[in-house]
Amino acid sequence: MKQIDFLVAIFSETAYSSFKNRKDLPVNTLIPFVNKLGQVVLRFLRSTGELGLFAFDTLYHCVTPPFYGKAFIKQFIEIGFYSLPVVALTTLFAGMVIALQTYSGFASMSAEGAVAMVVLVAVTRELAPVMAGLMVAGRIGAAMAAEIGTMRVTEQIDALYTLSTNPYKYLIVPRVTAGVVMLPVLVLIGDVIGICGGYMIGVSKLDFNAATYLINTWEYLKPVDIISGLTKAAVFGFIITLLGCYNGFHSQGGAQGVGRATTNAVVSSSILILIFNYIITELFFSI
Amino acid sequence: MALFSRKKSNEPVKIRLQDVHKAFGTKKVLDGVDLEIRTGESLVIIGGSGTGKSVTLKCILGLLTPDSGHVEIDGKNLSTLSHKEHDEAISQIGMLFQSGALFDSLSVWENVAFSLIQNQKMNKQEAKKIAIEKLAQVGLPQSVADSYPADLSGGMRKRVGLARAIATNPNVIFFDEPTTGLDPIMSDVINDLIVSTVKTLGATALTITHDMNSARKIADRIAMLYEGKIIWVGTVKELDKTTNPYVRQFVAGSATGPIDVEVKVA
Repeated sequence: MKQIDFLVAIFSETAYSSFKNRKDLPVNTLIPFVNKLGQVVLRFLRSTGELGLFAFDTLYHCVTPPFYGKAFIKQFIEIGFYSLPVVALTTLFAGMVIALQTYSGFASMSAEGAVAMVVLVAVTRELAPVMAGLMVAGRIGAAMAAEIGTMRVTEQIDALYTLSTNPYKYLIVPRVTAGVVMLPVLVLIGDVIGICGGYMIGVSKLDFNAATYLINTWEYLKPVDIISGLTKAAVFGFIITLLGCYNGFHSQGGAQGVGRATTNAVVSSSILILIFNYIITELFFSI
Repeated sequence: MALFSRKKSNEPVKIRLQDVHKAFGTKKVLDGVDLEIRTGESLVIIGGSGTGKSVTLKCILGLLTPDSGHVEIDGKNLSTLSHKEHDEAISQIGMLFQSGALFDSLSVWENVAFSLIQNQKMNKQEAKKIAIEKLAQVGLPQSVADSYPADLSGGMRKRVGLARAIATNPNVIFFDEPTTGLDPIMSDVINDLIVSTVKTLGATALTITHDMNSARKIADRIAMLYEGKIIWVGTVKELDKTTNPYVRQFVAGSATGPIDVEVKVA
């Protein structure tokens, strides 16, 4: 009987109020904790639902006019062009370190010849998209959440409505489109730079023959490696920009709210990037 | 003045709120607001902080959806309109926000001409010309046109906000606490501007404020919002004669009276 009372207490608000004054029941010490847990779960479910609706609205406005051309161009440049240095540097060092690591590991099995292949596969499938994704999440996702969040708390988003401009079309669609289109471009460039990094280390430090290294790389190059990487990049671009915009759009409570939105945008998009990285890999390469 | 009001009372109703309720969580903000704003009149809603003045404005603009009751513009119920009709109904409203809400990524003239460029697809030179005209109307020189909102003082920002609100010659203008945060002289300047721009446009005006000087200057009629309901409506003259204790307390600005103010004294 006690167990049933316990369950009722957990699941119903009215039961809770009749129970909470009964000090003799040991379950009462647990109730605040269970209550809190329930709140967390509900909040999670609600924001997931909100995010889903937000994504749906965004996609709907992506395909219905009017479109704000200038806003698109600005975002393409901001995301594509200004992220280049960051992405180039991270993928360069990623390629270099992979060459070094595989050599030190494979040399003990006299399989040094595989270095070129490992660099190619590691960079195109994993390192370039994930590294670029995480770096852009930090750079662009945070900036979007902060900018849109500030616009929200200073009523600029409401002002857009009163000026007959849909904020989804003016603010969010250009950003999300730019993310989905430009991240694959960045990753493609990152692929080339990462492989160059591996090549530089292979030739200058590990004494590979330059021609053999290049031939090895070329022979192992398979379209699916590149395509899976670019697919990941497009998905990551969508995740980063959508979460940046979503968190900014729903921020409230002044400077602190904007700060929270920025943190949430970066943390949640980074986690989702890693989760989706696994899911997409599974889809492409599971046997 | 009485003649003036009588004339206005024959005009058709421009905006009507009928039994509008709105709650946030368990907190009831609007608890059955009924209000009529006639074409061409200037109505001011007064009320303390947190009585739901801004929420009322946002419900009319469609930024918030009422939980029950409805809002009509030109006799059309907003909740039954299609997206397009709704946008059309709202597009005849210009709004001056409390803090200006200027887009800080755009220059002053681009702010003023925003709707002209983005929605009416006007070319830039022409839009800039109109923007400068509107800026002159609110007493700002051409030299501010190319500066950015961050470079302006509070009073100037409000004037730019006003210029932006009237750029498309709207039929209705909303003013959200137009004098809050301004010194008394600048407040009076803004009040005068509001009166003159509303008159020039022949627009219907709805202002929310807790500044009685401003209300007296702008209003044809005044409505008082208290605990989510309109508890009193009348002209400025009637305001001074009313025996309604809530209104009297608010107008006198007295801490004692029927209106409870939660104050914790340490």
